Amino acid sequence: MPTADHTLDEILNLAAAHFKVPREKLTPDDDFFRTLGIDSLQALDLLTRLEHHFRIELPDYELQGVSDFRTLANRIQARL
Amino acid sequence: MNEFKGQTLSWQIVNGAIELALHRDPCNEIGSLTLEELEKFAAALPGLANEVQALIIHSTLKAGFSAGADLRELFQRGQEMEKGAALREVREFLERIHSVMNALDATPLTTIAAVHGVTFGGGFELALVCDIIVADRMARFCFPELRLGLIPGFGGIPRSKRDLGNAVVRDLLLTGRSFNVMKAQQIGLVSQIAAEGEALRVARATASQVGKFDRRTAAAAKAFVKPIPYEELKREIDIFCDLYSRPTVAEGLRRFVENEGAQPYLP
Repeated sequence: MPTADHTLDEILNLAAAHFKVPREKLTPDDDFFRTLGIDSLQALDLLTRLEHHFRIELPDYELQGVSDFRTLANRIQARL
Repeated sequence: MNEFKGQTLSWQIVNGAIELALHRDPCNEIGSLTLEELEKFAAALPGLANEVQALIIHSTLKAGFSAGADLRELFQRGQEMEKGAALREVREFLERIHSVMNALDATPLTTIAAVHGVTFGGGFELALVCDIIVADRMARFCFPELRLGLIPGFGGIPRSKRDLGNAVVRDLLLTGRSFNVMKAQQIGLVSQIAAEGEALRVARATASQVGKFDRRTAAAAKAFVKPIPYEELKREIDIFCDLYSRPTVAEGLRRFVENEGAQPYLP
């Protein structure tokens, strides 16, 4: 199983590539809505991409109130 | 009417199939105008059915297939009207949309939903009337109604019970969670997954294949394998209307409509 740090890194890489944001501008505690400039529909898009990437199912109710990459990574790590 | 260009949807015949395209911004919310145009389509369908083999329903909008019922309209009408009148209007709307859905469900044509992105609530229910669901890899499905104090009202419960396992339906309905195409295929909802942006192309190839067969035989096979649960559909309307009048629903709709944050209000 990948480490939590590895999972976090993969999330940051995927978000940077998909939303065309320089990777070095993203940090674990960033509010991804603000940093990526995304709305709720784009957040669902990100969730779907993460589910495909990690081959997991992550119910969206686990993400209610989650807006930073580190907590998102913890939620994903719990499903790996 | 072989061709129609409306404000919320359009249809035309392409290579032996009717293509019904949804195009109401922002994500094909189904309100009174969409309903009127869907009724036009349902009325034209028997005539169109003589000329084609298949029907494809898809969305031209990037956001997705459909976000479901127009909750803003539902909330606003509820605020403008006296309680009894609002409830009568809701029941009339549901009976009309059920007539459309039942007509689509029962048509002898082979029907294909080509979905992508958000396929929620009433949008999910529209896909459920189709014989085959082709889904883009990024499609996402959801019954969010319980989050607002309601149940699906466009036929979603009886049709998902018909097509899926009851335990899965309970999970999706009672948690209100959204799920991706892998899950959708695993539970038997989606029969074909297309690459991103390719659902319509895959649906057209499928329509072309089903068009090779004798229409009367295909219609008989469909009627045999896909019964329409009319009694349960009527019951769904009654339950929806029983729940609709409660203050908790108005409050849930208000929070959803008034929320301007990046994440909409959903408990």
